[in-house]
Amino acid sequence: METFSSLADGFVIAMTFQNLILALLGCFLGTIMGALPGLGPSNGVAILIPLAFSLGLGATPSLILLTSVYYGAMYGGRISSILLNIPGDAPALMTCLDGYPMARNGRGGEALALSGFASFIGSFLATWGLVLLAPQLVKIALAFGPAEYFALFALAFATLGGVSSTNQAKSAFAAMVGLGLAMVGVDTQTGVPRFTFGLVHFYDGIDFLVAIVGLFAISEVFIFIENRHGDADAEGKKVELGRLTPTMKTFWGSFPSIIRTSIVGFIAGVLPGAGASLGSFISYSMEKRLLDKNGTFGKGDPRGVAAPEAGNNAAAGGALVPMLALGVPGSGTTAVLLAVLLALNITPGPLLFANNPDVVWGLIAALFIGNFILLLLNIPFVGIFIRVLLVPPRILMPIVAMVSFVGIYGIAGSSFDLLIMVAFGVVGWLFRKLDVPLVPVILGVLLGNNMESNLRRAITISDGDWTVLFASPLAITLWSISIIGFVLPIFVSRFMPKKPKPVSAEAEEEVSN
Amino acid sequence: MISKVVRAALAVAAMSLVPAAAQAFEPENPECIAPANPGGGWDFTCRQVGKSLQDLGLIDSTMQVVNLAGGGGGVAYAAVVNKRGDDSNLIVAASSATATRLAQGAYPGNTMDQVRWVGAIGADYGVIAVAADSPIKDLTQLMTQLKDKPSSIAVAGGSAVGGWDHLKVLIAANAAGISDVRKVKYIAFNGGGEAVTQLLAGSVQAFSGDISEAKGFVDSGDIRVIAVLSPERLDGDYAAFPTAKEQGIDAIGANWRGFYAPKGMSDDAYDFWVSKIDELYDTPQWKTVMKNNGLAPLDLQGAEFEQFVGESVAKIQQISRDIGIIK
Repeated sequence: METFSSLADGFVIAMTFQNLILALLGCFLGTIMGALPGLGPSNGVAILIPLAFSLGLGATPSLILLTSVYYGAMYGGRISSILLNIPGDAPALMTCLDGYPMARNGRGGEALALSGFASFIGSFLATWGLVLLAPQLVKIALAFGPAEYFALFALAFATLGGVSSTNQAKSAFAAMVGLGLAMVGVDTQTGVPRFTFGLVHFYDGIDFLVAIVGLFAISEVFIFIENRHGDADAEGKKVELGRLTPTMKTFWGSFPSIIRTSIVGFIAGVLPGAGASLGSFISYSMEKRLLDKNGTFGKGDPRGVAAPEAGNNAAAGGALVPMLALGVPGSGTTAVLLAVLLALNITPGPLLFANNPDVVWGLIAALFIGNFILLLLNIPFVGIFIRVLLVPPRILMPIVAMVSFVGIYGIAGSSFDLLIMVAFGVVGWLFRKLDVPLVPVILGVLLGNNMESNLRRAITISDGDWTVLFASPLAITLWSISIIGFVLPIFVSRFMPKKPKPVSAEAEEEVSN
Repeated sequence: MISKVVRAALAVAAMSLVPAAAQAFEPENPECIAPANPGGGWDFTCRQVGKSLQDLGLIDSTMQVVNLAGGGGGVAYAAVVNKRGDDSNLIVAASSATATRLAQGAYPGNTMDQVRWVGAIGADYGVIAVAADSPIKDLTQLMTQLKDKPSSIAVAGGSAVGGWDHLKVLIAANAAGISDVRKVKYIAFNGGGEAVTQLLAGSVQAFSGDISEAKGFVDSGDIRVIAVLSPERLDGDYAAFPTAKEQGIDAIGANWRGFYAPKGMSDDAYDFWVSKIDELYDTPQWKTVMKNNGLAPLDLQGAEFEQFVGESVAKIQQISRDIGIIK
């Protein structure tokens, strides 16, 4: 009951005119930033820090502005995934798989609206999780040592197979390429540079944003250039907009997925070493395993859009748990928010709830408010965003290229990153020709380092004893799930009728047409 | 040769500097490069100093913070040396990590005398901590156990192997008479927060980090600081922590935070930045910021700071050579 009166106090703090305007501004800017490839939530928040400081905002209003941007960017990432097949940020990667095919089938409006609802429900449940469970949830984070994290990442890769292609060998190849790319940079365990060729730019490894924008956006542009003599322009005019809201049947059909993935995403967010990308990824592959009886996933199944969106937005809420309760950032964005807290003379950590209740509860109330604003903002916007599909490719593609270059240059102000991005574009174009899925490459780049570091930490701690990887009940559980996830589909598919057609192959073909 | 001349000139300039001296230089667009992504210590240094300078009216316009991440600060260092060599509006955040990497040659082709060192804004003394329920009571006991059975203790820290958190443990181990410090097991995590979490989770037995990283957990009673690597006990809340020195282990490790500036910056501009950092340091507002963030005093600006950085680079080079990180 105490929790609820604190929360009520929080609403009193958050519901001032100034704070509501800030939340609205943050949500709007966040949505835009999330939608632009290259500009993700962490850049979005960092860009607005000077604004918060120069407006002379206090702690609570600053946090309201910045967390609204954070939640807004998590919403916005899906827009370019669905409309352009270019993830606006890393967690929105999985939304491409079914979102873009839906848009191609004239269901873009539905996909946008449904994913908006899914984002809302995911965030809403996660914020409640934050309110009710934050102190207890810290215990989950503490149950994960290096061995358990390694098992968790292994789980992600074991269930990878079915995600984006029916050709397992090509999926595995793509994942290996990604893992190999993740090895570039200074090895954190020994301080030795690997595959850097003496170039200081490679010391921090390859930024996954550069890889994402190169592989998806730039290769899309290359494909367009290649086909420009064909009917690429005419095709743009044929696109149907379809309905702007999902039918009740579609919505309720996705509802159980949304609830399940919200829970999974939230837990992934709570773990400081996992985060939103892993959350949306596991959400998608879990739903595909559970529901994909007819091979509709990857071809525009609404549930395949709802699942990762609920998952990644729930993870965004979950990531605030370790940040507030432990002072440990669970993601790049929460690291930025943590720095803001410190700059405002607030020490996050175990005593934050006791020492600064006004800040914490004001922030949580602001999350609820921001989430409602985002829903109200996003649903009417569907009608505007969807018109992107009407823009002929000969106009759209140069814009995509420009936004990509500006966005990537903005990350670190490095022209070297632009060269890497173009190189990824060429590789992406080649992989599309060869029908090699791109998603596993990104996952390898994204998760490879963490997976390797945790393996080596676990082995170093145990003095080279490999059994430490299977020493705790939690680790054994995670390993069992990964083995089941890996082996079961192999046997099940023997007793099932053959799947109709290669799943993402078709999507990729459509892209190249 | 040239650098010596410049240094002498610097020393003269710094000596002739009096607080009341009229400033010939005003930066038009003050800019601070944080050589890392938003959220880390360098980013904090830039943003906090930029905000305080403006709040106190020491600079007229807003300090623009640019994040130029890469190579553990190496990309920013190379960019300042090669491309922004005569920019008078620019300062760059630095810390012991910068000195460590310069000492170990981790910024290929760059050395510390290619920039001007402006001043420090405080120091974070190193701490060694254990979980609240650990059987290890003090630093002596930890070191004895490290000596007798090195495999039983894993030390976690937020920097890579050979980084500052690692070196601090080795400095202490060295001072405690452990001859082969390479046997000390160090586990690198992505930042001090993650390392503390693993200490609480029981995956590791000890934590090496900065006071500011540990403070929240000490206040909540989750971890116990068994040694501060400072010359004497710190003030205020921190006075309860025993130093390594009083436990008979003469080890000192301070992570200073400060700034460097381009080599070709005009002398007027350099004097401007040195005096502004000096003025900022002396304000009560900055003392509050230091107190809140666990920064201990380190009042060095201009030539004194330049000398301090030079000495710490030489010392780190010595330790790194001893433990075989560099040849």
